[in-house]
Amino acid sequence: MADPMRIRAQVAGDKATVRVLMAHEMESGQRKDAAGKTIPAWHIQDVTAQHNGKTVMTAQWGPAVSKNPFLQFNVKGAKAGDKITVSWVDNKGDKRTDEATVS
Amino acid sequence: MTNIQGVVLAVAVVATMGASAQQRTAADGIAEYRKMLEDGNPAELSEAKGEALWKQKRGPKNASMEACDLGKGPGKVKGVFVELPRHFADTGKVQDLESRLLSCMSMLQGFDAAEIAKTPFGRGEQANIEGLVAWISAESRGLKFNLPQSHPEEKKMAELGKRAFFYRAGPYDFSCASCHGEAGKRIRLQDLPDLTQNPGDGIGFAAWPAYRVSSGDLWSMQRRLNDCYRQQRFPFPGYASDVTVALGTYMGVNAKGAVSIAPAIKR
Amino acid sequence: MPSRREMLSRSAQVATLLAAVGLFPQLAHAQAAPGFNAEAFAAKNMAEVMKALGGSAPVESKDISVTGPDIAENGAVVPIGASTTLPGVKRLLILVEKNPSVLAAMFNVTDAIDANISTRVKMGQSSNVFAMAMMNDGKVLFAQKEVKVTLGGCGG
Repeated sequence: MADPMRIRAQVAGDKATVRVLMAHEMESGQRKDAAGKTIPAWHIQDVTAQHNGKTVMTAQWGPAVSKNPFLQFNVKGAKAGDKITVSWVDNKGDKRTDEATVS
Repeated sequence: MTNIQGVVLAVAVVATMGASAQQRTAADGIAEYRKMLEDGNPAELSEAKGEALWKQKRGPKNASMEACDLGKGPGKVKGVFVELPRHFADTGKVQDLESRLLSCMSMLQGFDAAEIAKTPFGRGEQANIEGLVAWISAESRGLKFNLPQSHPEEKKMAELGKRAFFYRAGPYDFSCASCHGEAGKRIRLQDLPDLTQNPGDGIGFAAWPAYRVSSGDLWSMQRRLNDCYRQQRFPFPGYASDVTVALGTYMGVNAKGAVSIAPAIKR
Repeated sequence: MPSRREMLSRSAQVATLLAAVGLFPQLAHAQAAPGFNAEAFAAKNMAEVMKALGGSAPVESKDISVTGPDIAENGAVVPIGASTTLPGVKRLLILVEKNPSVLAAMFNVTDAIDANISTRVKMGQSSNVFAMAMMNDGKVLFAQKEVKVTLGGCGG
């Protein structure tokens, strides 16, 4: 499994602000190596976020998302103690799921 | 004032403001960009790795780093970063964080320090050191630099560092001081901190290690110094060599009182 | 703002090409995630993105917000936010006009989240950045902002 994400979920009024840092190379497929060969694209394609097991957001990413991606969104009605789960799948089929508790 | 007079006055004011406003806007723009990146620093990923590595049994001796003395006694990590480089009795040398980690990794875990020193940045055990550096520096975040200068070796290293700082060499006859010897200098849009004194909280020595956005890696002070040497067209210094520790001692002593923001985020 | 004539012509193009969408072959590179819209992410301009997503001609709207720095010190990491307070958002998109592939990211919005997402994108050069909302009623609304990408000096 790939390296862990850092997920912070904090209550702000009647929502929770979720901030995620993912560890991923996000190789654009535009760069060439020292020998002049194009380094193949390697990036997160699908992202899913769940609140207490219910999917609240899905996303599709291209190679233009920055390396070690940062993502921030707000979950309505989330309370302290609720679970936020974030998963990603990349274009090589590698995946990662991590969860955090809303504080 | 009539409308026309008002307009003329307004235009005159805007015209005179124009030139300086442009410069302020660029610097302000950069400052705003940096601020936007502070929350969600990918260095946190390295910090998490480092904390795990500190506790993990590894190496030929299958031991963790938890007995490593970074200056405040075995296993103590909080507050050590802002007192490095310093003298260590067991090695008889002044050491910075990276060289001390090499000592502990070899003494406690059985790793070959010379091999790690030859490993390129970002690979193998070097990548692990970056994680350790990120976490250990994070454990001193917000504290002020306060390098000890009581041991004669510590004083000697600070003086050697000063000489190395001002030593001009290489095809361009640069020294560290060429860029960092005076306040108010910059290269293109990059402000250059004056490292002969305390340039302020979270600036210069107090801003490293840092996640370097342009390479997507965490840069330790050793890597930062290595790149400075490259930019001056000097030969690369040895990893954790005396000259790098001396420079760190000189800059760290100058930065006394500056608040550490490491690990920071940089362009 | 595009003229009415431009918008009508664009809509007509989209209409004819929509019929062909189903015939477009999937791109050759490794594609592990099912349902990943490779065509949209390979699109070289806004029109191609909209064609791949089956969207109508985008209309600029004050109800959409795109946030980001005026100057990015390094194009590798540019923080961009896309948001709107309008109800009925199906998707939020972030596009970088001058990137080799224009569409950077696409978020499917549910009722459980705010239509307010921030992330960081790579920009190859100074460019207009777009936040786009595809609405449940079929409308496509956008806001744009110019982000200058500069190269800092040598050091920290």
